[in-house]
Amino acid sequence: NSPPHRKWSERKVTIFTPMSDQQETGPTMRRLSQLESVVLWNRARQIKRELKQGVKKPYREVIDISWGDPQGGGIKPLSFVRQVLAACHYPQLLNSDKLPEDVRQRAERLLKECAGRSTGSYTATQGIPYIVKGISEFITRRDGGVPSFPNNIYISSGSQCMSAVKTGVLTPVPCYDKVNMSIRELGGVTIPYYLHEDQGWELQIEELNRALESAKGVCNPVALYVMNPGNPTGSLPQRRSSFSWLMSEFVSYKKVLAEMGPPISETVELASFHSASKGLIGECGLRGGYVELVNVDPAVMEYIYKLFSTDSCASVPGQIALNLMTHPPQPGDPSYSLYNEVIMTITQLIVFEVLNSVPGFSCQPVEGGGFAFPRLHLPLNAIHKAKEAGMQPDEFYCVRLLEESGLLVNPGWNFEQKEGTSHFRMNIMIKEETLEGVLRRLVSFHTKFMKEFS
Amino acid sequence: MCKKNKTKQKKIIIITKRTTKPMNTQENSCRIAILHTSNMSQEAVNGVPCRGKVLTLDTMNPNVKRVEYAVRGPIVQRAVQIEKELREGAKKPFTEVIKANIGDAHAMGQKPVTFLRQVLALCSYPELLEDNKFPEDAKKRARRILGACGGQSIGAYSASQGIECVRQDVARYIEKRDGGIPSNPDNIYLSTGASDAIVTMLKLLVCGEGRGRTGVMISIPQYPLYSAALADLGAVQINYYLDEDKCWSLDIKELRRAVTEARQHCNPRVLCIINPGNPTGQVQSRQCIEDVIRFAKEEHLFLMADEVYQDNVYAEGCAFHSFKKVLFEMGPEYSSTVEMASFHSTSKCYMGECGFRGGYMEVINLDPEVKAQLIKLVSVRLCPPVPGQALLDLVVNPPQPDEPSHTTFMKERTAVLAALAEKARLTEQVFNTVPGITCNPVQGAMYTFPRITLPQKAIDKAKEAGQVPDMFYCMRLLEEEGICLVPGSGFGQREGTFHFRMTILPPTEKLKIVLQKIRDFHQRFTQEFS
Repeated sequence: NSPPHRKWSERKVTIFTPMSDQQETGPTMRRLSQLESVVLWNRARQIKRELKQGVKKPYREVIDISWGDPQGGGIKPLSFVRQVLAACHYPQLLNSDKLPEDVRQRAERLLKECAGRSTGSYTATQGIPYIVKGISEFITRRDGGVPSFPNNIYISSGSQCMSAVKTGVLTPVPCYDKVNMSIRELGGVTIPYYLHEDQGWELQIEELNRALESAKGVCNPVALYVMNPGNPTGSLPQRRSSFSWLMSEFVSYKKVLAEMGPPISETVELASFHSASKGLIGECGLRGGYVELVNVDPAVMEYIYKLFSTDSCASVPGQIALNLMTHPPQPGDPSYSLYNEVIMTITQLIVFEVLNSVPGFSCQPVEGGGFAFPRLHLPLNAIHKAKEAGMQPDEFYCVRLLEESGLLVNPGWNFEQKEGTSHFRMNIMIKEETLEGVLRRLVSFHTKFMKEFS
Repeated sequence: MCKKNKTKQKKIIIITKRTTKPMNTQENSCRIAILHTSNMSQEAVNGVPCRGKVLTLDTMNPNVKRVEYAVRGPIVQRAVQIEKELREGAKKPFTEVIKANIGDAHAMGQKPVTFLRQVLALCSYPELLEDNKFPEDAKKRARRILGACGGQSIGAYSASQGIECVRQDVARYIEKRDGGIPSNPDNIYLSTGASDAIVTMLKLLVCGEGRGRTGVMISIPQYPLYSAALADLGAVQINYYLDEDKCWSLDIKELRRAVTEARQHCNPRVLCIINPGNPTGQVQSRQCIEDVIRFAKEEHLFLMADEVYQDNVYAEGCAFHSFKKVLFEMGPEYSSTVEMASFHSTSKCYMGECGFRGGYMEVINLDPEVKAQLIKLVSVRLCPPVPGQALLDLVVNPPQPDEPSHTTFMKERTAVLAALAEKARLTEQVFNTVPGITCNPVQGAMYTFPRITLPQKAIDKAKEAGQVPDMFYCMRLLEEEGICLVPGSGFGQREGTFHFRMTILPPTEKLKIVLQKIRDFHQRFTQEFS
């Protein structure tokens, strides 16, 4: 019972605008597919402007939960992180006692590692060696002792590694849209494999095989892209019994690879990506991330180095954020208690319960990641209305949701999904008070919408 | 069937699949290994396809093999190694490596501008807004920037094109700089350093196959980001030579020669100019810029004006003229037709804030449909680092004469630029006293690119060692004196000529010593190979 899938070959770009559907121009851009709903973002911008001008609406502000941006959503940054950054940029702050001792020590240590004691200097291509070493220690600790080598780690302000890989990449459906865009931008081809929604968005090997077979003779698959935890699905790749998902733990692909022992552990080539944009630290705007390369051909590593070097280096604030992420304050440090006051509220549980209690919604357990990706079971009338308006059904739903309740979410169509299904993605890395407001607006709108189109 | 793996490590991977279907191999690549936990048995060694690595030099994107970036190339890697050896106590004829290879002012001891860092600290940790040690004008700017950020935080993503109020400030700065010629914030794209924007534009411009493949004109010598990007994108690099004997000036006749010849094998679409020049430091005269614009219009070329060193102008009689300003002063025949992108950055000038990766480009006369595609392209990377955007805002919106920080700011800015001008002059002077080294005036930017005469024996020795002669020279200099320069071959030069690029960034006293050491080394080297 294999899921129907669209032709995976390169998609033409179609720009949906209210005025026309233009095919994108320019041969260079033909590869860059984007299924993004321009209508929704334009309308959101417009509504924000109207609200500022005092136009009366059933809500006072737009709640934007379409991005995975905790601080953009009002969550405060960690004091320790920001104190260290401020002291690094403006070392005069180290002369006073205003900042806690551990902040000053860390800033001193980091400045020592910056050329000319300045965060304005370029760094080594892979990143400041002290910070890179710290990342390797973090990885080893996280993976229960599996060794990690600094030489295999590159800090970047964005994913730059892709340039070395061409042709076919297996990508999940649904998938974070920037991944598919990046691959196509580089002339690669995405080969979709469908996650099994009814089984908690499970990644099934049979489906991987099917996808691989479908690529036969058409392109050369060289890479498999997995997201763990998933975006937008929030799933973790583990088997679990009905309630044990609450205790699911993140296990890295690298750790599992190592535990599988040779020859697999010494041969499967793996690139693992992490970022300071998510998790507790949530510093999206600083653009700090890294890739760890495992079992990559040493000759190729030389070229990876060259590619990274043309970008000079990753942004220094981003590198510092990574260090603070991998080496947070420890018990006994002055900043420790404040740092750990940030409790991960169980928003996932709340969202799961609420959404599954409303007819027309169903939502798989959100085990990780920062999003919920509920399924919409839309009435036929709504689907027809959407078609008339020249929109995908979930896009139509999201536009109405925005107009009537001021809630901005991301239509499932942007992430690709099984044909005939509708979803949307919402950011749940938000304050609990905000979440209450969000769910209230959502449920109220949804009930009205379902009634209107029943 | 076994595949012969050309990499050094010949690893044979045996994976047993549960199906009996044979795996196909295509050309030089192997199918991806499926993660089956299955039995590894002895019989798997025979008769089952064995796999080398998926990613090898053969299966890698072939364009990547042609990518080189000399500024961070092998000589720098050796320099880093030597630094490590020194730290571990190795005895050498020097106690430190002087990295005069990269345009990094702070690394060479230049102090950051106080105002800029105060605002950055305030933006990073807004609690400091309560601290009365910070001046009011710094606080005002921090509040404005934070107000424009999502959740009032620099840790939030910004719009992909950059924070709107920063783009507005950039547009105002450009208008002021260019004597009132309007600049539209919608045409401003903030970026991760200027390099990011340059590569983005090239991605848009490069297309076509075979003889229709896009050709991009770039100066020789050039900043190797361009050649690296062109190699990576598989574009055709069209070299036009700057005239060393005329102070590295740009000659339209040479541009025309280059483009005419190039039309035989590719489709020239882009002309890149770096002004002030890198590595050569020449500052284009206004007349020259007009001639270039005229040429671009005649030959239907997209102009890329790399102007990151626009504040770094030292020589008497030289001044920076922005390409945009000249374009508009040439009247609507040009200003409404010539397509152009100008680039700027926070890494150079008097700021030297390389690590923040701040920059922007302004596009002129870009097709509106292409602009829409450009937004899409930049959105793939989400947004440029927000601290860099904040920093850029300060650069284009510095303290005004009536503001508390103005005096200190101007003092620091003037001091930095004056020191650079002095070092530019000193460098030219000293190098020209060395027989075998000729140095053009360093009119602007941050580098000197002197020509070195190498004895034939040295050239032969280099060839024996499998090295380009100026790399051989620079490696020797590194090993003997601990001074790291970049060989001219990394930037391009006329056949049979040799150069090196050295920054003028070390503090004046140190620079004097460096110049003296190079002078002594050159004499020794020439002697050794005479």
